[in-house]
Amino acid sequence: MTRPERGKSLFRFAAPQLFYPLAGKLAPWFAAVAAIFTIAGLWLGFFVAPTDAQQGEVYRVIFIHVPAAWMSMFVYLIMAFWSAVGLVMNTRLSFLMARALAPTGAMFCILALVTGSLWGKPTWGAYWVWDARLTSQLLLLFLYLGYIALTQAIEDPRRADRAGAIIALVGAVNVPIIYFSVKWWNTLHQGASVSLTKAPSMAATMLAGMFVMALASWAYTIAITLWRVRPLILERERHTDWVGAELNALEGKV
Amino acid sequence: MSRALGPFGAVLRRDLLLAWRGRADVLVTLAFFVVVVCLFPFGVGAETNQLRSIAPGVLWVAALLATLLSLHRLFAQDHADGTLEQLLLSPEPTVLWVVAKILAHWIATGLPLVLVAPALAMLFDVDQGALGILILSLTLGTPILALLGAVGAALTLGLRGGGMLLALLVLPLFVPVLIFGAGAVDAHLSGTGADAHILLLGGGLLGALALAPIACAAALRIAVD
Repeated sequence: MTRPERGKSLFRFAAPQLFYPLAGKLAPWFAAVAAIFTIAGLWLGFFVAPTDAQQGEVYRVIFIHVPAAWMSMFVYLIMAFWSAVGLVMNTRLSFLMARALAPTGAMFCILALVTGSLWGKPTWGAYWVWDARLTSQLLLLFLYLGYIALTQAIEDPRRADRAGAIIALVGAVNVPIIYFSVKWWNTLHQGASVSLTKAPSMAATMLAGMFVMALASWAYTIAITLWRVRPLILERERHTDWVGAELNALEGKV
Repeated sequence: MSRALGPFGAVLRRDLLLAWRGRADVLVTLAFFVVVVCLFPFGVGAETNQLRSIAPGVLWVAALLATLLSLHRLFAQDHADGTLEQLLLSPEPTVLWVVAKILAHWIATGLPLVLVAPALAMLFDVDQGALGILILSLTLGTPILALLGAVGAALTLGLRGGGMLLALLVLPLFVPVLIFGAGAVDAHLSGTGADAHILLLGGGLLGALALAPIACAAALRIAVD
């Protein structure tokens, strides 16, 4: 009784055949959550939160910028996690999850960089400064692009999966090293570095808006990843019977 | 000689001999390094103070690019003629001969850069006292570049357009080495002392030596599989 039956354990969803319909069922729910939270978060951020005493209205970009920057880092960690699981447990689905996550991570990276520079122009007087956070964010984007380029360049899917997993793990080991080296370089080179630290007293509504937007980003990431992994599964498993049946059913519907 | 050093020594000797027989290739890497460094005064102007201040960075960026361009030769030839497959099939530990190959590669392409760099630094009128730090930083830093680059070279082995892809993969990883390498010379010149930078480079070298060969061996097995 105490031992769960093998067929009922959650790990059964590591099989692409079972994960495919599950992803299809879950994705719309997460998309709906993402939409609701985005609307709520933006409403909180743009209409409810008070105007900042020092920065005026410009600060409102943080409701997009900060969650995007967080997500860009989390997604890389999750990618590295799935890569490690794939290499250790030899599960095909893990590699597919890592590959489905990469474009979203790169997108959040670009979003954080663009919104950051839009905020920087009126606040610092420049779209770009070689600040530690900006520079390491840029290097993170390069790591994402390297991962995507490598997995796209290799035609053999098995090799592409594993090579991508290795570069994701090498990158994950290097991310802290890059961050700290850039930070020290920055303090050595620029006497008066621009401080990004927020004002200590942040209005509760500001925090709430950022929190809700962070949840929205999570839900969006999960939804879009599940959506993206489905065609990847179909493509990879196209020689199997269940994919044939699935495709026949799809064509019958159209 | 102990048993473990047998395959290590054999691969090292073989790769050095191959590099020596094909020394024109090695000289091209060195010439590239010299030419890139000599281009900078034309680009930024030959004003002595400015040249002096950018010299460490220029030398380091040029060394980094020269390393990058020589990386594809690390495994490509052995991959093409099947030697790599035989090495992987052999019972010897992969990590061991991978380190030997990287060491031979560094002796053939990295070490000449380290030896030529002080002469180039003179062209930029770098203070004589800083030349020792420059040599030390390059001696510690270029092996890290070779170790990290070897992982990228193994991952992109035999791919079309592998060269550009290799650059995209490894250049972001090279940034810390560049920062501490060029920073060491700058710190020495500004009087703060280069100890911290040199120690960090040394630590980086040990860390890379411990981890990169493992990743490289795994990547080679995937590439040849």
